Amino acid sequence: MMAKNILEMINITKTFPGVKALDRVNLQVKAGEIHALVGENGAGKSTLMNVLSGVYPYGTYMGKVKYMGKECRFSNIRESERVGIAFIHQELALIPYMTIAENIFLGNEREKAGIINWDHTNRQARELMEKVGLREKPDALIKDIGVGKQQLVEIAKALSKDVKLLILDEPTAALNDDDSDHLLNLLVDLNQNQGITCIIISHKIHEVTKISDQITIIRDGTTIETLVRGVDEIAENRIIKGMVGREIVDRFPRRTSHVGDVGFEVRDWVVYDPMDEDRIKIDHVNFNVRKGEVVGLAGLMGAGRTELAMSIFGKAYGKKIHGHIFKDGEKIEIKSVGDAIDKGIAYLTEDRKNAGLILIQDIRQNISLPNLKRMGKRGIVNENIEIRETEVYREKLNIRSSSIFQNAGNLSGGNQQKVVISKWICSEPDVLILDEPTRGIDVGAKYEIYTIINQLADEGKCVVVISSELPEILGLCDRIYIINEGRIVGEMSKEEASQESIMQRIVQSSSEERVAQ
Amino acid sequence: MENVLKRLRDVIKSNMRQYAMLIALIVIMVLFGFLTDGILLKPRNVSKLIYQNSYILILAVGMVLCILTGGNIDLSVGSVVAFISAASAMFSVFWGLPAWLSIILGLLLGLVAGMWQGFWIAYVRIPAFITTLAGMMLFRGINNIILRGETIGLPDLYIQIASGVIPDFLGTGEGLHITTVVIGIVVALIYIVFAITSRISKRRQGFEVPTFQGFIVKIIAISAVINLFTFWLARDDGLPIILIVIAALIGIYTFITTKTVAGRHIYALGGNAKAAELSGINTKKILFLVYANMGLLAALAGIVFAGRLNSASPTAGDKFELEAIAACFIGGASATGGVGTVIGAVIGAFIMGILNNGMSIIGLSIFWMDIIKGLVLLVAVAFDVYSKSRAKKSV
Repeated sequence: MMAKNILEMINITKTFPGVKALDRVNLQVKAGEIHALVGENGAGKSTLMNVLSGVYPYGTYMGKVKYMGKECRFSNIRESERVGIAFIHQELALIPYMTIAENIFLGNEREKAGIINWDHTNRQARELMEKVGLREKPDALIKDIGVGKQQLVEIAKALSKDVKLLILDEPTAALNDDDSDHLLNLLVDLNQNQGITCIIISHKIHEVTKISDQITIIRDGTTIETLVRGVDEIAENRIIKGMVGREIVDRFPRRTSHVGDVGFEVRDWVVYDPMDEDRIKIDHVNFNVRKGEVVGLAGLMGAGRTELAMSIFGKAYGKKIHGHIFKDGEKIEIKSVGDAIDKGIAYLTEDRKNAGLILIQDIRQNISLPNLKRMGKRGIVNENIEIRETEVYREKLNIRSSSIFQNAGNLSGGNQQKVVISKWICSEPDVLILDEPTRGIDVGAKYEIYTIINQLADEGKCVVVISSELPEILGLCDRIYIINEGRIVGEMSKEEASQESIMQRIVQSSSEERVAQ
Repeated sequence: MENVLKRLRDVIKSNMRQYAMLIALIVIMVLFGFLTDGILLKPRNVSKLIYQNSYILILAVGMVLCILTGGNIDLSVGSVVAFISAASAMFSVFWGLPAWLSIILGLLLGLVAGMWQGFWIAYVRIPAFITTLAGMMLFRGINNIILRGETIGLPDLYIQIASGVIPDFLGTGEGLHITTVVIGIVVALIYIVFAITSRISKRRQGFEVPTFQGFIVKIIAISAVINLFTFWLARDDGLPIILIVIAALIGIYTFITTKTVAGRHIYALGGNAKAAELSGINTKKILFLVYANMGLLAALAGIVFAGRLNSASPTAGDKFELEAIAACFIGGASATGGVGTVIGAVIGAFIMGILNNGMSIIGLSIFWMDIIKGLVLLVAVAFDVYSKSRAKKSV
């Protein structure tokens, strides 16, 4: 049976001053399907969805939007919501200090004459939460639940508005594998049992190939092709090829490792939760990195990877920290972040926008920030040195920008990440801890960053890579530590490790823990 | 060539806000020049403008640093002004200390007041708004305790600093104040030498520099303005001592904010505190120092204001904090931090000062003056928001 199209976007063209973001893009979505929209960062996926949902009102773009057979001219988001289109953005629009129930019905309160009926609110919230499989109390605060659950609240909120077409922008970007699976299963369930049509924008191609009925590939503001399940071959390589316009033979650049002596070692490292000083976050962790070696820290979200890294980096996280750190065989004390930088340690944050960059400052100022003392004398910055040095990195790392005076906020995700990496390479560290170095950036930029990581290892630096994407850990690292619930639960060489063996180790260690208790 | 043009356009665009304020200042000057039949621009009135606004200028220079750290304001500066003017009376009149010593003690006391607030803000993490609101009451109270509600006259040195002019070493004491004119010429020459050497060094390093014609026009224009200004002052009583103090402060703080590591750390803290912290910046120390510095400058403003009034009074410094904060925002500082300049705050303070002075010459009622100043602040910030949203769209 051929289902009817619920949505047709015909020849959509959207220009911003100086850039054509979309150029005659076509998108057909069938009623009751899961339709994936894939493309590199900046390809135009989000712009297209913003046109659909009325973020860009009718008249600011060219082309036609037909929804349920009728042409639509939305002038704002409210109008598209009224006909059952819900757009869940990557940055969730929830209010941290309000409850789940309040958030679900925000702007759509269960009220009479302006007075909220809390019984209705909580009862209906509970029903919706059940539907999305969210096991929490309706009066739990958003700030107290994890990102995975927050995502479910967003979906419940959409359901409360009688959604027919649900758009999700990178819903699993911040989720671990378990939460991602749960979310994807939920989408399939909503789709099959409630007839909700979904459009999902995602960088995670394996997820897309698993759940979607059709996949539309967008590149540089134009539609490349739409793959239909059952008709076309849906293979990751084909999609990647469509996205980047070239065949990526190998997603990871090759490197022959020249591993030297142990350059960095952490022993008996213990960290307590800063919010709750009785709770142990990192429990007697031991690990080491050799010179020229890339070591991976694999683990689920919340396993303590970031906490471990930040506590080492000048106690930027945690309370009651103790343990020993050795560099080149010598014991060192790190009292503050400044101290860590002086001793040749660099930490690339996982949260590029909130903790890595100063978006209102230019590339030059961002790169020089931790290095200002070195770039001058007696507390006075020598701008000539600053400009010259940062220019070197702009070229070396191929940061696509008009000049080093361009604001970091105006760069694409991949180029922003290169700025943060430049900042830390510029500090001339011996030990680099890279936390999710390729999160939220496109395939092409990922490859470039992998190449940089390999170069750093070749220069004899100790590199630690933390990543939620197991293929990335497997593709990059010489050796892998597996961390779970704040403890190192396994160590594998590149040869031993596989996605299955790592996951198995994590699951096993969790059950051992339970048995032990 | 196209690249150079683009760069030039970017430079103009990024500086538009500041130039816009400079243009606004000139427009307001010309406007009130007409409205007051030229009284505003008479040498006597120009001197008066400087005397009248000196303390707000000093406060604005300190305040812009507070705002840069993340939109933190300091509500207590008016009360610190009152506190230090009372302390001056205590040191010099009640205790009979020499005037110079009581001035130094006053500055130190202001520094301590600033450190007190910096401690609570930076290390105990009490929001600046609350800490300085408390300080506003606290320091005003101390003023009243010291003075017991009375007004006390101060020694001559205070009055000299606030309202004195430099002696005319070279002139006859009649007519034009020759020393002032000579100082103007010397300052302009120093400026020209600096501009040329920095241009040559930039060129030698292979960096882009503005076109030669543009450069010449700029140095001639700035030299002319400096000389016209000093000539104007020379036609009155000569160069005010307080102007030298203010010029030095502007110079020092512009240097700190643009050329030093500490200055860059202040901007970074306001731009993104988390990123700054993870880049090894001691954000607490920066915050502490900025507020300690504000206390020091508020003390200086207190001494100048006391000298200007010729006395320490219980109502000294009333609403000064609001004028200083308004000056910073009119001058382009961002309410969320990380954006703003010392020069901008100075221009903002002059805009407020000329509005005050011009409207009082016309004889506008004080109620209308407040309304107009309020609207100017609102329009200036609205313009900022508007130009930012446009800049965002064009990205």
